[in-house]
Amino acid sequence: MLQDTTTLRMKPAIALEGISKSFPGVHALSDVSLSLYPGSVTALIGENGAGKSTLVKILTGIYQPDGGAIRVDGAEVHFPSASAAARAGVTAIHQETVLFDELSVAENIFLGHAPRTRFGLIDWTKLNADARQLLSRVGADIDPTIRLRDLGIASKHLVAIARALSIDARVVIMDEPTAALSYKEIHELYELIDRLKADGKAILFISHKFDEIFRIADRYTVFRDGRMVGDGVIAGTTQDDLVRMMVGRDVGQVFPKQEVSIGGPVLTVSGYRHPTEFEDINFELRRGEILGFYGLVGAGRSEFMQSLIGITRPSAGAVRLDDRVLVIRSPAEAIEAGIVYVPEERGRQGAIIGMPIFQNVTLPSLTRTSRSGFLRMAEEFRLAREYTSRLDLRAAALDQDVGTLSGGNQQKVVIAKWLATKPKVIILDEPTKGIDIGSKAAVHAFMSELAAQGLSVIMVSSEIPEIMGMSDRVIVMREGRMVGQYERADLTAEKLVRAAAGISETTP
Amino acid sequence: MNMLLKNREALLVVAILALLALITLRFPGFIQPANLGRVYNDTSILIILALGQMAVILTRCIDLSMAANLALCGMVAGLINVALPGLPIPLVIASVVALGAALGAINGLLVWKLNIPPIVVTLGTLTIFRGSIFLLTGGQWINAHQMSDAFKALPRADLLGIPALSWFSIAIIAIVFVVMTRTAVGRAFYAVGGNPHAAVYTGIDVGRTRFLAYCLSGALAGFAGYLWVSRYAVAYVDIALGFELDIIAACVIGGISIAGGIGSVPGAVLGALFLGVIKNALPVINISPFAQMAISGTVIIIAVAVNARAERRKGRVILKKAEAH
Amino acid sequence: MAEEPMTTRHIPDRLQGRSARLLKSWESLLVVVAILIFTVNSFASPYFLDPWNLSDATFNFTEKALIAFAMALVVISGEIDLSVASIVALTSTAMGYAAAQGFDTPALVAVGLMTGLACGAINGLLVTRLGLPSIVVTIGTMSLFRGIAFIVLGDQAFTSYPESFAYFGQGYVWWVFSFEFCLFLGFAVFYAALLHLTNFGRAVYAIGNNQTAALFSGVRVARVKFTLFLLTGLMSAIASICLTSRLGSTRPSIALGWELEVVTMVVLGGVSILGGSGTIGGVVLAALIMGMVTFGFGLLNVPGIVMSIFIGFLLISVIALPILYARLKRRMAH
Repeated sequence: MLQDTTTLRMKPAIALEGISKSFPGVHALSDVSLSLYPGSVTALIGENGAGKSTLVKILTGIYQPDGGAIRVDGAEVHFPSASAAARAGVTAIHQETVLFDELSVAENIFLGHAPRTRFGLIDWTKLNADARQLLSRVGADIDPTIRLRDLGIASKHLVAIARALSIDARVVIMDEPTAALSYKEIHELYELIDRLKADGKAILFISHKFDEIFRIADRYTVFRDGRMVGDGVIAGTTQDDLVRMMVGRDVGQVFPKQEVSIGGPVLTVSGYRHPTEFEDINFELRRGEILGFYGLVGAGRSEFMQSLIGITRPSAGAVRLDDRVLVIRSPAEAIEAGIVYVPEERGRQGAIIGMPIFQNVTLPSLTRTSRSGFLRMAEEFRLAREYTSRLDLRAAALDQDVGTLSGGNQQKVVIAKWLATKPKVIILDEPTKGIDIGSKAAVHAFMSELAAQGLSVIMVSSEIPEIMGMSDRVIVMREGRMVGQYERADLTAEKLVRAAAGISETTP
Repeated sequence: MNMLLKNREALLVVAILALLALITLRFPGFIQPANLGRVYNDTSILIILALGQMAVILTRCIDLSMAANLALCGMVAGLINVALPGLPIPLVIASVVALGAALGAINGLLVWKLNIPPIVVTLGTLTIFRGSIFLLTGGQWINAHQMSDAFKALPRADLLGIPALSWFSIAIIAIVFVVMTRTAVGRAFYAVGGNPHAAVYTGIDVGRTRFLAYCLSGALAGFAGYLWVSRYAVAYVDIALGFELDIIAACVIGGISIAGGIGSVPGAVLGALFLGVIKNALPVINISPFAQMAISGTVIIIAVAVNARAERRKGRVILKKAEAH
Repeated sequence: MAEEPMTTRHIPDRLQGRSARLLKSWESLLVVVAILIFTVNSFASPYFLDPWNLSDATFNFTEKALIAFAMALVVISGEIDLSVASIVALTSTAMGYAAAQGFDTPALVAVGLMTGLACGAINGLLVTRLGLPSIVVTIGTMSLFRGIAFIVLGDQAFTSYPESFAYFGQGYVWWVFSFEFCLFLGFAVFYAALLHLTNFGRAVYAIGNNQTAALFSGVRVARVKFTLFLLTGLMSAIASICLTSRLGSTRPSIALGWELEVVTMVVLGGVSILGGSGTIGGVVLAALIMGMVTFGFGLLNVPGIVMSIFIGFLLISVIALPILYARLKRRMAH
């Protein structure tokens, strides 16, 4: 592997050595090392679930590692809290900007370290002036006295960057900073990063977009399944090298995809659009088919799916199921019609933590297990047992609180819940996000089995191997639109990554 | 107009002016400065209490025990005065402010250290505080003739033609305004209520901040206790019974979001004044004073509906063309 | 992760027997407390064990408990209704007004029930249609409903109720069993069945534990919540009929402060104020405990306000003690 001589001679500003972190049932990070050098941008590359966000949380003191050491200027340190990491000069600009909507822009920048007057009171004049100066440093034309909630996502992002500058951080973590920015704003951000580099800051740059990695990064580190699988300098590396490292697992062996003869159209969506979230969605889903929806986080896939089941209203568009035109105004109506959605956010939208497994499973099917409105527990246990055992659930008892299960087993309960309604179409949104390998395999095997039995499956996933291993056909979405459609036969990881990131076929 | 709708305080000023105009149609004498001064003076205690409640609500909590705290501190002030008539009044005030803050600290500790929901904590302490008055006095009243003249005279004392009670509330408004806008703890109230998760990231201790908000509301309730008892020159178990709801009503009308993080000192003051104007206007325009309750109820509902409309969040913007608004 | 054999393993329905779970439950703690208070009371006063005295004592809690049953469901669903006492007042005023116009008992009952349902519908619409927080909405309607009663009555009172109307609050079904007590028992069974045995009850728990997931799972959240507010309105009306009948008069300050006592009863009964858990059995026990404490203190000539201090302490300590105990146990383990 290539090494550049400049950074080798330099001492890292911060270094992680042999960091491990696991959660019940999942090894999020195993023995990961990463060094960030002053005046240098390191790109962190990996699929969703590769462990990038866990690493960021360890660097910023939100999580404490199970093993390994963090060194700042060579000395071992511990970050027991977010403020400890901030004091050590580590700051992060998050993908989902965590700031205060109701406070002014200036205060968002300076909360916790506002300038004071002689009497110890907050000096608003200086605060606003300093904020204006910082904002102009990041090239943002924003009035520091307006409330944050009146800004668009892009401007909020710039405020977050200004906050990072105000702390005078030595290490700046940027987690997909360009996800919500326009072309012009992205180029302003590049210039800003160049200036930060010149100031001697160490920057960790997390991105899915290869064009910007090649534009801005000096070094790269690739994660896969919680391990570091490669690092080096960008100069002399090609996009193809990086993509190969990212997805470099033998896709065919892991996925239990069954050959299914695909039938006629079941679900037809045409002209579906929403004022701000998506537009021009047209596709057909056939019997026994697994249709993958690939895209970067925030491409509008979940928003579209939730609109399909009546959580939000589309502004136009038609849905036909088995040649019947459907008007769905609520999830209850969607379930009645035979379309079910297994949501991405398991803890918030899927599992009902605090209720037992069997009650979770039977909730959408209560009309079937009950008689004239009265519950029949025996029927509920029967139904819950039938579906959880098909998914190979590991639990002590069916009346156990679903919150006591591991993430993978919770996901099995959630899938069982929607399958028990005997749907015609099942939409799985990131069905294996954040769950362990064993549970992943069980979910994949079951998905295949369902398709073989004639169910039509839509699978939203941001994981390339999963999309490639499981789908009969893949639709790629970017910025709320469909940007590509591929049959299984001509799927390649490179095609998907390029379509989702909006980069052309030719390698620069 | 749009600007006006966005600014809750301005909207409230307009509402109060419209209300005054309506009243003036029926009774021109109402807007004479002397009468408006009386209305303000009469609302002073509610203003002080609303400011304390505001601090608590900002942090996503609620204090139902304020009126009971007021009653207990007022009674203690009376008892101190009866036992030690010679004790200077500032010392009496200092001791009940300290007592009020201590009672508030009990609420705050239960919320902070034991994580008990604020509504349960203050529902419990509300009955305990008021019951304690009975334990202290055996249900006896303290009447005007038992209180020293200095004790009773202070709220009425005249300075530049304005009674001391009004001066007190003006001073409290100024102090709380400075605390809320110019100190770290004041800004922490907003941060904790606006986004507790992000507050942790910025190094703010959420529980401790809530505790301090309860101490503030308690101290103000203690101070209001002295003012109430000395102004009305009587103390008994049931003073200010049910007043906690007026306090919350003033906050809600003043645009302080019950979900936390939103609200301002001028808002709370204007919310209290709005209720005060209604209360004082009803008798003079020949509407039964009994209508006050129904009116403030209706106003609360309208206020919360208007606030909710203003706070409603926009959906996620994904389409590029939708971003350029 | 070690590879486990892929054979189908049997997962039992229940982790532990019903009796084992019952023993550890909040309700069994309440039973112990109730027995303790009962014993103390019987030793403290020779009048306590008299059946007629006990029967009189039930009037201390039956009306509030009727409201508490519906309130329990509202709180389990994650909402709250602070307007119940004001609904009692408005309902009583409406019935008093109708009585003054010469209507007879059946018409009065109908007027009362319709008033309660209308109040509940207003709360329900404000919460579900406009999406407003129920705590503020019901603080508002609390003032509004009682305010209307004040506008109608001022400092007057309605007292001209027909003779047959007295039965609801003063009549006895059999021996010492009053109509109110029988109503209490009947509604206890009804609400226990509704909450624990029906699809509706399951939906209430699901909403309280995770409203978003419940919505995604096809629970019609708005419809269920609206029904719950209708139910609290209806139960407040029924309580109002009993109370008005018992007192024989209506003043606008009738049932003042009851909302806090009803919420205390619900929380003491083990219903989580954050929503998602609780049983009707617990609420019944809490009602009995609060009734017995009031009665016992009354026999000992302890004033009502001291008993309210006791209830206040009880409310905080029943929540605080388990937390402190768990913390102590963890410290011991270290």
